[in-house]
Amino acid sequence: MTTAKTDEVVKEPPAPATPSDQRERDRMRRRLARRRGGGWWPYLFLAPWFVGLFGLTIYPMLDSLYLSFTNFDLLTPAKWVGMDNYDRMFTDDPVFWDSVHATLLYVVVSVPLKLALALGVAMLLNRDLKGIGLYRAAFYLPSLLGGAVAVAIVWRQVFGGDGLFNDFLAWFGIKGQDWISSPDTALYTLILLAIWQFGTPMVIFLAGLKQLPKDVYEAAAIDGARPVTRFFKITLPLLTPIVFFNVVLQIIDAFKTFTPAFVISNGSGGPLNSTMLYSLYLYKKGFTDLQMGYASALAWVLFLVIAGFTAVNFIASRYWVHYDD
Amino acid sequence: MSAITPSTSPLQKLRSATGTRRIFIHTVLIGVAVVMLYPLLWMLSSSLKPDTEIFTHPGLIPNALRPDNYSEGWSGSGNSFSLYITNSLIVTIGAVIGNVISCSLAAYAFARFEFRGRKIWFGLMLGTLMLPTQAVLIPQYTIFYNLTWINTYLPLIVPKFLAVDAFFIFLMVQFIRSIPRELDQAAMMDGANPFQIYWKIILPLMKPALVTTTIFTFIWTYDDFLHQLVYLQQNDKFTVPLGLTLFLDQTSGSSYGAMFAMSTLALLPTLICFLVFQKRLVEGLATSGMKG
Repeated sequence: MTTAKTDEVVKEPPAPATPSDQRERDRMRRRLARRRGGGWWPYLFLAPWFVGLFGLTIYPMLDSLYLSFTNFDLLTPAKWVGMDNYDRMFTDDPVFWDSVHATLLYVVVSVPLKLALALGVAMLLNRDLKGIGLYRAAFYLPSLLGGAVAVAIVWRQVFGGDGLFNDFLAWFGIKGQDWISSPDTALYTLILLAIWQFGTPMVIFLAGLKQLPKDVYEAAAIDGARPVTRFFKITLPLLTPIVFFNVVLQIIDAFKTFTPAFVISNGSGGPLNSTMLYSLYLYKKGFTDLQMGYASALAWVLFLVIAGFTAVNFIASRYWVHYDD
Repeated sequence: MSAITPSTSPLQKLRSATGTRRIFIHTVLIGVAVVMLYPLLWMLSSSLKPDTEIFTHPGLIPNALRPDNYSEGWSGSGNSFSLYITNSLIVTIGAVIGNVISCSLAAYAFARFEFRGRKIWFGLMLGTLMLPTQAVLIPQYTIFYNLTWINTYLPLIVPKFLAVDAFFIFLMVQFIRSIPRELDQAAMMDGANPFQIYWKIILPLMKPALVTTTIFTFIWTYDDFLHQLVYLQQNDKFTVPLGLTLFLDQTSGSSYGAMFAMSTLALLPTLICFLVFQKRLVEGLATSGMKG
């Protein structure tokens, strides 16, 4: 490619190499390298992104770190308080621990179930079926509507005392309750909502399944491998990069969940802080109570926890993710 | 039926699911589909029922239709719903224009130039993909507060012009890499500068990626409740999601029909996007996932 380009640029028929030709060619090569580097052009194209990166990401990250050591309340100048915020968080804030408890439960229960369902349905869809497009669409739609307030409102009514879910249970003679206003069950309605939105990982799994080499399956079938064996010995190992991708993404997403917790509890995180997801608590501390220093400390802990989970994921992936190359 | 004949190779058996198995799979899938869509259908049907019927008559077909829910909801809860929809349109259209311009510029630079530090910057860009918005929410708020941009749409639109949605940069970089470089080189021969190449060659060819970006930016911005909640404080600036929560506080049990009617309307733009671009949405997602 490079030589082709040189020829095109020079445009002259190749002549026997003389020292001056050599110099000319060197100059040409340098100019070409510069052109591929683009001089100041790439920086011009990247200018908006640079402003965003430094102004809206890097500076805010550092500012938030600084604010987390202050008692900043937005209205008066920030005063340095050292580790007070972190101290308070870990030793003197039961609501913080409620939110940690709710969030971890939410992540640990919803992510595996959602991914299992996504993979299971993707396996069912991975064959020549009539109406496969319709199924895909039907399963993906709830995920697309995902963060919408309207969906959370519907969910609130579905799991309310006289909602749809209890009507469904009544068919089986089970007497329901108000799932939203009971502290034992409210979080599980949020988890169900998360699982209902399994469409995004499903589509990604489906794309992965379509890439799997057919000949391996044929060989295995000839050797008499049963479907269950084929799944665990072939499909799952070959699919591990996609599984990994989905796990990382879904965990990060789950940690950030805000809208349904806000809508379903009417912004309170109740009953008894059972739906006080971490993002909701952060929002309340920062924007309802105007304890922005404390909220910044919360934000940094969230950032570190997500980074930690992601790092552990990447390290653990060495032991279970198989790449072809 | 074919299982008994000895001539059936294991291979054929693998490929041809028998009739009963096919029916079984369809049954399972239809069952899942019904569960998936039922809450949405329930919302639609509730939006047409009189309040007294919503919780006493759980079936999907209303005994009596009450389209008044829509007119009541539309004019109800303080401001007219048309105001919220107008506000949402301002925010989403601004965000779409910002994302398409700024992300495509950045993606072109990353995909086509070998400038110094490209790998580091690219890595940083990917890193921001994982950064939770909550981590920068408060300092960003103070920035916009000091600029006196609170209760305006600027904090929701301006960042999009600064390519903060790295996901779309990444998507576009992948797409531009699939466009043959020979086209750029031919244009360069004709004396085009890099901006002209971007404008006349790359942008027209990356239309599919731009459409995907447009649809997803539209839907995600439209639904982005957290930032709208933080930055918009007066009712007349409220967007659709905020208008809906207002509804939730005020009705408290009195007019569920109207609330469901407005919830249905609130989902309409996303639903229309979905129906029109269904294939592209799913494919855009699947291809971005494959790169992981």
